[in-house]
Formats: sequence, structure tokens, C-alpha cells
Amino acid sequence: MAAKKLNMKDKYKMLTRDLDWEFSYQDRKEAFPYEEYEGIKITDWSKWEDPFRLTMDAYWKYQAEKEKKLYAIFDAFAQNNGHLNISDPRYVNALKVFLGGVTPVEYQAYQGFAHVGRQFGGVGARVACQMQSIDELRHVQTQIHAMSHYNKFFDGLHNWNGMQDKVWYMSVPTSFFHDARSSGPFEFLLAISFSFEYVLTNLLFVPFMSGAAYNGDMATVTFGFSSQSDEARHMTLGLEVIKFLLEQHEDNVPIVQKWVDKWFWRGTRVLGIVSMMMDYMLPNKVMSWREAWEIYFEQAGGALFKDLARYGIKPPKYVDIATAQMDHMSHQTWWNFYNFGEAAGFHTWIPSDKELDWLSEKYPQTFDKYYRPRWELAKKMEAEGKRFYSKGLPQLCNTCQVAMINTEVDDPTMLVYRSTEYKGEKYHFCSDGCHDIFVDEPEKFVQSWLPVHQILQGNCGGADLETVMREYYGMDVGVDNLDMKGSPDELRWKEWKSA
Amino acid sequence: MNKVYIALQDNDVSRYIVEAIEADNPDVKVQYQPAMIRIENDLQLTIKRETVEEKIGRDWDVQELHLSLITLGGNVDEDEDAFTLSWNQ
Repeated sequence: MAAKKLNMKDKYKMLTRDLDWEFSYQDRKEAFPYEEYEGIKITDWSKWEDPFRLTMDAYWKYQAEKEKKLYAIFDAFAQNNGHLNISDPRYVNALKVFLGGVTPVEYQAYQGFAHVGRQFGGVGARVACQMQSIDELRHVQTQIHAMSHYNKFFDGLHNWNGMQDKVWYMSVPTSFFHDARSSGPFEFLLAISFSFEYVLTNLLFVPFMSGAAYNGDMATVTFGFSSQSDEARHMTLGLEVIKFLLEQHEDNVPIVQKWVDKWFWRGTRVLGIVSMMMDYMLPNKVMSWREAWEIYFEQAGGALFKDLARYGIKPPKYVDIATAQMDHMSHQTWWNFYNFGEAAGFHTWIPSDKELDWLSEKYPQTFDKYYRPRWELAKKMEAEGKRFYSKGLPQLCNTCQVAMINTEVDDPTMLVYRSTEYKGEKYHFCSDGCHDIFVDEPEKFVQSWLPVHQILQGNCGGADLETVMREYYGMDVGVDNLDMKGSPDELRWKEWKSA
Repeated sequence: MNKVYIALQDNDVSRYIVEAIEADNPDVKVQYQPAMIRIENDLQLTIKRETVEEKIGRDWDVQELHLSLITLGGNVDEDEDAFTLSWNQ
């Protein structure tokens, strides 16, 4: 008679919990040295639940199947010159932002989860973190493979790894992960698994990837959804982490709330660039950034925070301010890049009249009043042969490293300037949220590596912007940057399409 | 009312999973978007192995869901017979 097949719960128990052992001659505290210093109290690791109950054997089986499907599509995409089927060559610029901004932080996520996957005393948490670590490495690899096809045909994709921690806007996601990885293990999980994965990544990987499909980019939508199928598991880990910490000890509640507040705000600042990708860089539109925020943050996050209210957790601090800013964020961000388009590693452009009309319709409260007139002026100047580029670089926020383009909620014509003094130096911030984060951890944030400051201090390979871009950022100046109009990307596209 | 949701890749397997979800959760709202299907329901949504097997005409392991899954919202409970999303309120 064949042995009885284990049910899922028993199998999970045997292949995770049973892998742990009692420490007979070593001190557990020395084996897990980071577990207590954040003030988090764990009374019983066995209460940890992994709702997916995925064991290593099932993990390898399903991940292998996902990879086979994904790589079959990459091959088909490359063999059939899939890049010629995209809606519009402007779209590829969103991929340049993605490859420089997202792919390297997937690598940081891999490193971060490998670290915490060693540091937790509970075996359930360790196994879940190890799987996530491997997932994140897979995401890096599949993204590089998907983009390598575009790199053969378009400019600006050749040095994403060299740019990610140097370029003045790429340092935003890079420093976000540096902050999380240099925190304790529980803060890391709260930052990445909960605030980032559960609350915010849907905004990038779901509507943007659906948009990639709608713009004919088969390779990107496929790696996006393949990555996101792992994210669903990561999100579940994020929700499990927060519930576990809150159930373990009431003293954990204020610590968790502080992290929720901090990492929600940090996350919304990183998403500025995603808002611009959604509203300005997808030629065929799926939904506006504002609509995506309503579905994936306001509705989904609203349900989540109602569920967590029984533990005494409140929605994140400044959520009202973040929500009010969503009517402005993409417009301010794209305008900023249009202005500083000489110093960016991708092309910028004025939205077409049809796109301007779509933005007016999607942002009835703000677009016609504050932003459309700027684009009408830019159009007029361009028609007169006076395409405008701001010289130099913008001031950056000392916490989130985003350019200081954020405006006051009650007056969108007024930039937010917050500042504080610490040990005789003055520090500047784009928002009250970023100000508060700095004030709470000044010794950490005085160390911020701010790209614009570094150029001015002479640490970036040259005294003028062009030298910095060429020598330090590794950009092909005059080719990778400037307007889409007249770019080599645009000229090649026209040749391919007329052939 | 708080909604749980699940998004699946728009592929040939998901078609049957969606049929099964609709059969077992009559009030569910299904939206088709480019390359994906988003399904939401008030407070709870269950995918039953037996119903999926009936629709797809073969054995189906609940963990195969990982192959088509894009994202979800809600507390997850999974065993060999069903996959459930819920909010406790």
C-alpha cells in the first residue's frame, strides 16, 4: 500500500518547523543578535503562520514552471522583433526609468531578505524570507533579460547599474533601500514586506504592467506579471509580519505604528516617478495615476487599515496630505524632468494635444488650472525653436532625495520648504513627512549621499554637468538625454517604420 | 463594505478559475483589463478546488494558483481544498 500523502498543513510543518532545532550548548541570543535591539518583543515564534504554506519542493516546482513560460515568451519576443510592435517609441523611456530605478532595488531586496532570512529566531519567518530572497534575485535576472532586447535597439539602457546609485534621480529608490537595509530586521520587514509590498507595489506592477500590455510590450508585461505572482506571496508575508508583531506583545504596537508612518511616507515619495510613468510615459492609457491610487491605495489600503484597527493601528500619518498630492504628483514630476531633460538619461517630451485632453479629463480639479498652461507655453516656445532646459540641477530633499518640487496642499503654486538644524548644519526637506523622519533619526540621515551636493563638492568626476554625465554617470551625452524630438531613438524608429 | 480582491493573468487556465469563482461566489465583480482579470467581493472570496476541477476537466492543485496569480488583498487561508481571502470585520 502506498504511503498516505501528507496534507498541506502537515507537510508545511515537517518541511519548515521541523527543520529547526533546540540550542543545547549555544546561547540563542548570540545566534540571533539583532532580534531584540529594536525593542520588539517576541514571546512565541511558533505562533508565526505562513498562510501559503509553500514548502521548498513546491516552491521549486512552481517557480521552474513560471520561468519556462517566461523565457519561452522572451525568445518569441526577440525572434519576432517584438520591439517593433510597441505603440510608440516614447514608451521605451519608461523602460529606461524602470531598469535604472527598479531592477537595482530588486537586487537590494534580494540582499536584504538574505540577511533577515538568517537573523530571525523563528524558522517559519526564516524560510519565507529565504524564498523571497531567491524570488528577488529572479526578478533582477528576468528584468535584465527582458530589457537586453531593447538595449540592442534603443539608447540609454546600457549602464543602468552604474547609474543607479549616482544619478540625481536614481538615488531616490536606491537610498530608500539603503535606509531599509541599514535598519533592524523587523523594521526591514515592515518597510519592505508591509509598507512597500503590501501597500504600494501594486501601484507599479499591476496598472503599469497592464499598461505595458496595452502598449504592445509583451516582454515587459510578462516579466511584470511573473514577478508579481511572487509579490502576491510577499504581500501575504507582509500582512503576516504585521499581525504577528502586533499579536506578540502590546509594547510592539507603538513601534510598528512609527514604522508604518515612516515607510508609508518614504514609499509615496519614491512613487513620484511611477506616477509620471503612468500618466505621461504610457502612450496608450489604461487608467490615470489618480485612479490607480484610488483602487490600490484608498480602497485596498482602507480595507487593510480597518482590519488592523482592532490592534490599535491607525492609518499612516499624513495619508490625507499624500492623497491630496496625488492630483499634482505626476504633473510636477514630469514637468521637472522636462525642465531638467538635459541632465536625464532618457528622453522627455510635451504631451500631444490628445494626451493633454486626457489629462484635463482625468484631473479636473488641477490640470487645467495649474499644469496645462505650462504645457501650452512649452509648446509655444518649442514652436519658436526655443525648447527650454533648466541649467544645473534641482535642490534635493535630505530624506527622500526627491527634487524639491512638492507644493503646499492649500496652495499648489507654493513649493514646500521645511528645514531643521542639527549640530550647526541646516537640512532641507520636501515635506513635513520627510522632516519628521529626519528629526527622529538625525544621525542616520545626516549621512545621506545627495547626488547634487556631491557634484558641488567635487566628488563626481568633474566641475561641469556635461563632464559629470559623461564621465561619472556613463551617459552618452547628446544621445541618451534631451528631447524625444530629433533623438537618435526617434530617427531610427522612423527608418524602421518606413522601410 | 470592505472588499477582498484577486487579480489573475488573462490566460487559458484563469478562464476556468474565474468560472469557478463566479459559481461559488455569486456576488463577485469581475473586471477585464489589458492582460489581466481583477475579481473583487465584499469581505470574502473562496476558490474551491473541486469547482475548478469540474470546470477545467482535470486534477487541479490549489497551489497551481501561483502560476496565474498577479496580486491579492485580504487575509489568506489556503489548504488542499480551498483558497480563501477575507477581512475580519
